[in-house]
Amino acid sequence: MDNQSTLLEVKDLKTHFFLDEGLVRAVDGVSFTIQRGKTLGVVGESGCGKSITARSILRMVRPPGQIVSGEIIYHRRTNGSAQTELLDLTKLDPTGPEIRAIRWKNIAMIFQEPMTSLSPVHTIGDQIIEAIVTHLDVGKKEARDRAIEMLRRVGMPQPTKILERYRHQLSGGMRQRAMIAMALVCNPELLIADEPTTALDVTTQAQILELMKGLQEDFHMAIMFITHDLGVIAEMADEVVVMYLGKEVELADVDTIFYNPGHPYTKALLRSIPRIDEEVDKLEVIKGTVPDPYSIPAGCAFHPRCPYYVPEKCASPEFVKVGSHHWARCARVAEINGSFAHMRQ
Amino acid sequence: MEAKSSGPISNALQRESKVVDQAVAAPSEGYLAEEPISKDKLEEKIAVATPRQLMWWRFRKHKVALASVVVLVIFYLLAAFAEFVAPYDPEVFAASAKFVPPQIPSFIDGNGQFTLRPVVFGLSQERDPETLRVIYQPDESVWYPIYFFVRGQPYEFWGLWETDIHLFGLGENAEEGTLFILGSDRLGRDMFSRILYGARISLSIGLVSVFLSLILGIVLGGISGYYGGQIDNAIQRVIEFIRSIPSIPLWMALSAALPPTWPQELRYFGITVILSLIAWTGLARVVRGRFLSLREEDFVLGARLSGTSEMGIILRHMVPSFLSHIIASLTLSIPAIILSETALSFLGLGLRQPVISWGVLLQEAQNIRTVALAPWLLLPGMAVVIAVLAFNFLGDGLRDAADPFAR
Amino acid sequence: MIDNNQSQNGVLVDVQDLRKFFPNRKGFFSRIVYQVKAVDGVSFTLKEGDIMGLVGESGCGKTTTGRVVIRAYEPTDGKILFHDRDLGKVDLASLPDQNLKTIWRNIQMIFQDPYSSLNPRMTLLQIVGEPLRNYKIVQGEALKDRVAELLRSVGLRPEYMVRYPHAFSGGQRQRIGIAKALALNPQLIICDEPVSALDVSIQAQILNLLQDLQEQYQLSYLFIAHDLSVVRHFCTRVAVMYVGKIAEMAETKELFSNPLHPYTEALLSAVPKPDPRAKRQRIVLEGDVADPANPPSGCYFNPRCKYAVERCRMETPQLRELRPGHFVSCHRAEEISLVGV
Repeated sequence: MDNQSTLLEVKDLKTHFFLDEGLVRAVDGVSFTIQRGKTLGVVGESGCGKSITARSILRMVRPPGQIVSGEIIYHRRTNGSAQTELLDLTKLDPTGPEIRAIRWKNIAMIFQEPMTSLSPVHTIGDQIIEAIVTHLDVGKKEARDRAIEMLRRVGMPQPTKILERYRHQLSGGMRQRAMIAMALVCNPELLIADEPTTALDVTTQAQILELMKGLQEDFHMAIMFITHDLGVIAEMADEVVVMYLGKEVELADVDTIFYNPGHPYTKALLRSIPRIDEEVDKLEVIKGTVPDPYSIPAGCAFHPRCPYYVPEKCASPEFVKVGSHHWARCARVAEINGSFAHMRQ
Repeated sequence: MEAKSSGPISNALQRESKVVDQAVAAPSEGYLAEEPISKDKLEEKIAVATPRQLMWWRFRKHKVALASVVVLVIFYLLAAFAEFVAPYDPEVFAASAKFVPPQIPSFIDGNGQFTLRPVVFGLSQERDPETLRVIYQPDESVWYPIYFFVRGQPYEFWGLWETDIHLFGLGENAEEGTLFILGSDRLGRDMFSRILYGARISLSIGLVSVFLSLILGIVLGGISGYYGGQIDNAIQRVIEFIRSIPSIPLWMALSAALPPTWPQELRYFGITVILSLIAWTGLARVVRGRFLSLREEDFVLGARLSGTSEMGIILRHMVPSFLSHIIASLTLSIPAIILSETALSFLGLGLRQPVISWGVLLQEAQNIRTVALAPWLLLPGMAVVIAVLAFNFLGDGLRDAADPFAR
Repeated sequence: MIDNNQSQNGVLVDVQDLRKFFPNRKGFFSRIVYQVKAVDGVSFTLKEGDIMGLVGESGCGKTTTGRVVIRAYEPTDGKILFHDRDLGKVDLASLPDQNLKTIWRNIQMIFQDPYSSLNPRMTLLQIVGEPLRNYKIVQGEALKDRVAELLRSVGLRPEYMVRYPHAFSGGQRQRIGIAKALALNPQLIICDEPVSALDVSIQAQILNLLQDLQEQYQLSYLFIAHDLSVVRHFCTRVAVMYVGKIAEMAETKELFSNPLHPYTEALLSAVPKPDPRAKRQRIVLEGDVADPANPPSGCYFNPRCKYAVERCRMETPQLRELRPGHFVSCHRAEEISLVGV
């Protein structure tokens, strides 16, 4: 990986929540790299910390949560030149001007529920124009033109009319497009998408995913796509991080994750989802339930549910390299996969 | 298609035995919930904790709300035992002790020595040359010890038996000295005693009114929310109409309608009814809102599908769900009632002399000159403020604790 | 796929031309301005032992259909012929309210949201025991035993019956709901998106549980879902709904490999497959899902359909049996050739 194409490096990020009831290690040592123009998929179930990771990058985690350690190195290109400067986002003041300059202009975010991220009392046009005017040095007239252009780009019918509409007058799919328009209007280098299609119908989801892929190409934009849907990951991601209870358990390119997974959790997850093109008699099940965040099992967090658990070996698994671009947090990963017969070829 | 009562039931019982015979084996590995009964006492305690207990635990975290509970308990205890705690009869006046400033007891006597028993200093009189009024100052040359559980002016304890023991007082020096902890008013009556007696009325009016509005609010709000449609429409419009009338003119009109010849007790009752006629509307809206939202909940449908009757659903499913919200709302509406009574009496439209309430006491403070000379006459207002604040914090704490169970 | 060696010749539910409209009132006098045609002429047959899937996107009416069948709502029109174990053939649509309690011994429902479908103020014993108490099946100790047995059959420890719902996770709460639905040993269970709100790894547990229970207790399911992969795995027959009508209905395998309705085809191709090597030739539909309050004229799907012709705008197609057991409502079903998964 040449450094020119690296956009963001997250190194051993830890974000903890200091609550009355106890300490919640929402993100507990996560590392990954996002390349320019590529998509990183972050997949995991509820409580795994994927949303908090995203919010930590943009320094949007509020007390009682805070980043306790780790680095988020952003390779910022200075004014279109090939030169990049390295900026550690964890060191910035979360309410200060530096992070605010980066937010939206360089790194933008879209959310699951567009109903709550669009203001109900402002028109769509007002919100997009505000985003433009705040971050770019343009006048209102030009901002308006850009807004219309952006809405057209995201496939909104009659963009000029949409400028005057309010969020309740748009359908779910259109709201999501409006949010994407608002996020992309400053041409960010990285778009963080936190479950953007989970609340949408499947045909609308297909539209939005197509749209995002198209925009990624046009804008040469990196995407960090957070979801729990493995199908969407297979569609969108180039590289995948699998998270479980605050830790990343596997990191690899998308083909490897689906065809050659190393970590027992990833494997079990893949075997437990029903597929539209296949028949199985019974779905394979991961026994037990996800533990609550206050009582994460000691050692390997997955061990109570792992079919390969061996007490002596699985005490504290490290994130080890398993292949040329493949890491897994499992002490027995090599043993298991050598003899594992279920792998899909 | 009427089902015979015996047929389906016996069929069901036959099905029952068939099922039992099928001997449900231990479910396969796939989905047995693996967690053992927790050895952790705390986790188990939480798991079997009733929702009420959970609410209490959540409530305990609100320090301010807890403090408010303490404050209110003290207030109500003082009001209940007013005769005992008050050193003076509230009506007894002394021409020679008008507008005495508050006499703070001290632990250091006139000789500068520390005493365990608190003392209060005597008063020296001076005539202000400009206003020709008598000004009282503490005279450090004379002091009187304060005794506890002392004999004082006789009274009837809760109207049951006569006694003359007071919590504290001057004892045999009562004739000479004065113990006006919070000062005295224009007739030389002890403010502290009067405030205590006033607490009785002011604090109890809050409770009685709230009880009346509770009934009205739950019944009408419940009907409105449960049946919906035209009934709901009608009741809501009535509520809005009542709420849109400016309250003070409304109270003035209603209490002016109370015949002045009525004895004070009846008048008191009339005032509580008047106040609850407005207060129920707020409660009714909360109840209606909760009913409307609960009606759509899946567990209500589930209960209906289990064969529970409509009344059973209301009583066993819906009422327990909104009870805690109602209590919180109730607690928040008491301050409004206390303030209303105070305002009414202050304006002379509510209770009147010789009945003592905080509002009546504040009537004395209507004259700006009087207040300038004797600002301690405003102390009943402080009592109102503290009581209202305490109820507000308590209600906030209850409302936060009553939130639907978090995931 | 379920192996249906059990006797399933008997028809359990015969829904005929079911309609449910919700009037939308405006104005001070609550005039009816328009009707939301949530369910608009739905007909299907469910045999004993079937697991019938109802799929569709938002506004298609699948949830409303389920609730009308169980008479949580009163239908506007149509028949629901149910072969009750004790009462024989009953038309649920015209059943008077007081008789509903009798029917609910044999038809039950499990809900989507595990967090709002259990009364948070009742213990498991009270929740699961409620139907047993209401119908006076068992009392006292026998009640506890029965509840313990039900809890065990859904994979929960019987000792949990003193706990309250807040002590349990989403998946466990669904189990509790299932235990309650099983209490009276019903013939038919309406499953209203029972796994949609659960994590992926828990979905598998609950689906396996439902399968096992079906075999053990000879249940039939009306399974409402929006996730086609789940339906593919779980259901024996599927009906695809669009804006209150059934677009296509067939046995699962047949529907997924040989869809006859353009909407089905688009739906199937829109589902993202968990396979990065799969060819991504997708049919992406234009526009949004139609609004049941204001549906297009003719065939509701015509504005988004790439095969639409003039007739589709003018005339609403009827549901017809094009092949044995395979129903479709499309004018051009014979002419167009569509691709399945």
